[in-house]
Amino acid sequence: MKQFTYTITDPVGIHARPAGMLAKAAKALDSTVTITKGEKSAAATKLMAVMGLGVKTGETITFTIEGGDEEASAAAMEQFCKENM
Amino acid sequence: MQVATGKSILNGIAIGPLRIYKKAEAQTAVTSTLTPEEEYARFDAARVKAQEQLGGLYDKALDEVGEDNAAIFEIHQMMLDDDDYLDAVKGIIETQNATAEYAVSTTGENFAAAFAAMEDEYMRARAADVKDISRRVVNVLLGVGDAEMMDDKPAILVADDLTPSETVQLDKTKLLGFITRHGSSNSHTAILARTMNIPALVGVDFQDDWDGKLAVIDGYNHCVYIEPAQELLTAMEEKRSNDLKQEALLQSLKKKPNVTLDGKEIKVYANIGNAGDVGLVLQNDAQGIGLFRSEFIYLDSQDYPSEDQQFMLYKRVVETMAGKKVIIRTLDIGADKQADYFELDKEENPALGYRAIRICLTRKEVFKTQLRAILRASAFGTVSIMFPMIISVREVRDAKEILEECKAELTERGVAFGEVEIGIMVETPAAVMMADELAEEVEFFSLGTNDLTQYTLAIDRQNPKLDNFYDSHHPAVLRMIRHTIEAGHRHGCWVGICGELGADQTLTETFLRYGVDELSVSPASVLPLRKIIRSLDLSKETQD
Repeated sequence: MKQFTYTITDPVGIHARPAGMLAKAAKALDSTVTITKGEKSAAATKLMAVMGLGVKTGETITFTIEGGDEEASAAAMEQFCKENM
Repeated sequence: MQVATGKSILNGIAIGPLRIYKKAEAQTAVTSTLTPEEEYARFDAARVKAQEQLGGLYDKALDEVGEDNAAIFEIHQMMLDDDDYLDAVKGIIETQNATAEYAVSTTGENFAAAFAAMEDEYMRARAADVKDISRRVVNVLLGVGDAEMMDDKPAILVADDLTPSETVQLDKTKLLGFITRHGSSNSHTAILARTMNIPALVGVDFQDDWDGKLAVIDGYNHCVYIEPAQELLTAMEEKRSNDLKQEALLQSLKKKPNVTLDGKEIKVYANIGNAGDVGLVLQNDAQGIGLFRSEFIYLDSQDYPSEDQQFMLYKRVVETMAGKKVIIRTLDIGADKQADYFELDKEENPALGYRAIRICLTRKEVFKTQLRAILRASAFGTVSIMFPMIISVREVRDAKEILEECKAELTERGVAFGEVEIGIMVETPAAVMMADELAEEVEFFSLGTNDLTQYTLAIDRQNPKLDNFYDSHHPAVLRMIRHTIEAGHRHGCWVGICGELGADQTLTETFLRYGVDELSVSPASVLPLRKIIRSLDLSKETQD
């Protein structure tokens, strides 16, 4: 299992578009990616569940990567965050 | 003749037969006669078809209303790929032996309810999107096509509600206007209608027997006339042909400089009361926004709007204006503009009461929330801040000090903001008399002639009994304007007019002779005003 945290800089938070792009990116990986905000968590592949977390700008979320090539998946997710969220 | 009122989305006239559009009600069997596997396969095929349609809509919207407005359809496509959504549909089909139609509409309702319960306003608005995509899939399942909304004759479309996707896919060559029972003037659909320049009314309680009758949408007066009398019809036709002339005027003036024959340049900006009006500003080729009435954000809200909420709205306006000046007037609430959650006391004399800057300086946190939001938006374009209802130098200094506090807070938070120009509304006789001193404190003045006239003449414009005494060209008011312009110029301020007088074409030459630098008027007045300015020659003697 690998974990990292990321603080959202997009002023609207994780809105529909980045959530959709995230779902697409996460589906392409061979690991399972879970996003946690406080007590709630959602699979990164699930657009509406991720939107349902209601992540706002400035909030920090935790990515948990399990199975497959965790190293590569974590790197890909981090890269995605920096570019899109 | 029948008249019904609503809320107008666009100042325009539409004349034509009404066509009532009834959405296909998903009244299909709940229980399936097929196996769950067959039923799910039906759903999946419909889903793929719906996504194809959305792809087509995205391309259409991209062409007609630009990428930002089109993005919604890309999101809709993605939503139809969502695992939870698909699992929920599958679950209902399998456990309840339900039809795909029933499973999809139930799932849509459930997800919409979940979004509607969220804290964030943006997320709450997504409930409509989930319903929209679910309805689309159901329509595919039922074999109800999009084409049925309109037949091949031009008409004014009447519907309970229109989703963004329905609005975009309407055949614009046949669509004269539309009327809906629900929907707000800030909805996505309303913004699309404005961008596409289609007269529309929302919130109209229409009747089914209107179908096929001749009607006129009068967007200027927020109403629709059904089977109008001949006289009215003729007047409306004339108004409409004037609108078309205006459109032609736009084409002839677009991108041309705004100078008098003798070479004096004047800025013509537009007033807006709503983020959605930006489309109109650009359509009418205004050089900037001279008055952005920020109070609509508060009036449309049930509680104090947050910094983020406001920031998003300001940012959208500022970004859309793409570097052109946006002058945001800070909260001007009180008097005739009330929001319940402010819990303002009822006043004997509200026009002279607790309002505008007076509220802001005493409820500092409300003020600071707004100022931080404006400052943050300034990182995305050219923003000026304007304080309303000023009567003294001290108020301006206090407001500026609070603004500095906000800048320090943002710097501490590491949040970017740009340079903002500071100005005040000159709308009290006190501000006029103090114009020299006030000009030392700010970079611009904007004359609010509505309040200035009311305070100078001591006439309540809402009172019809005073019509005989009221003179909008009263020399006292004109002298006040002249004094303000001259005092401003003595101290290096530019001076504009953003009240109704600014659009009064009989005064344009007078104001130009006074030396006014900017006129800010309603978007519809921008072009006629520019035409007049381009025909004036200030080097010639006045005729009177």
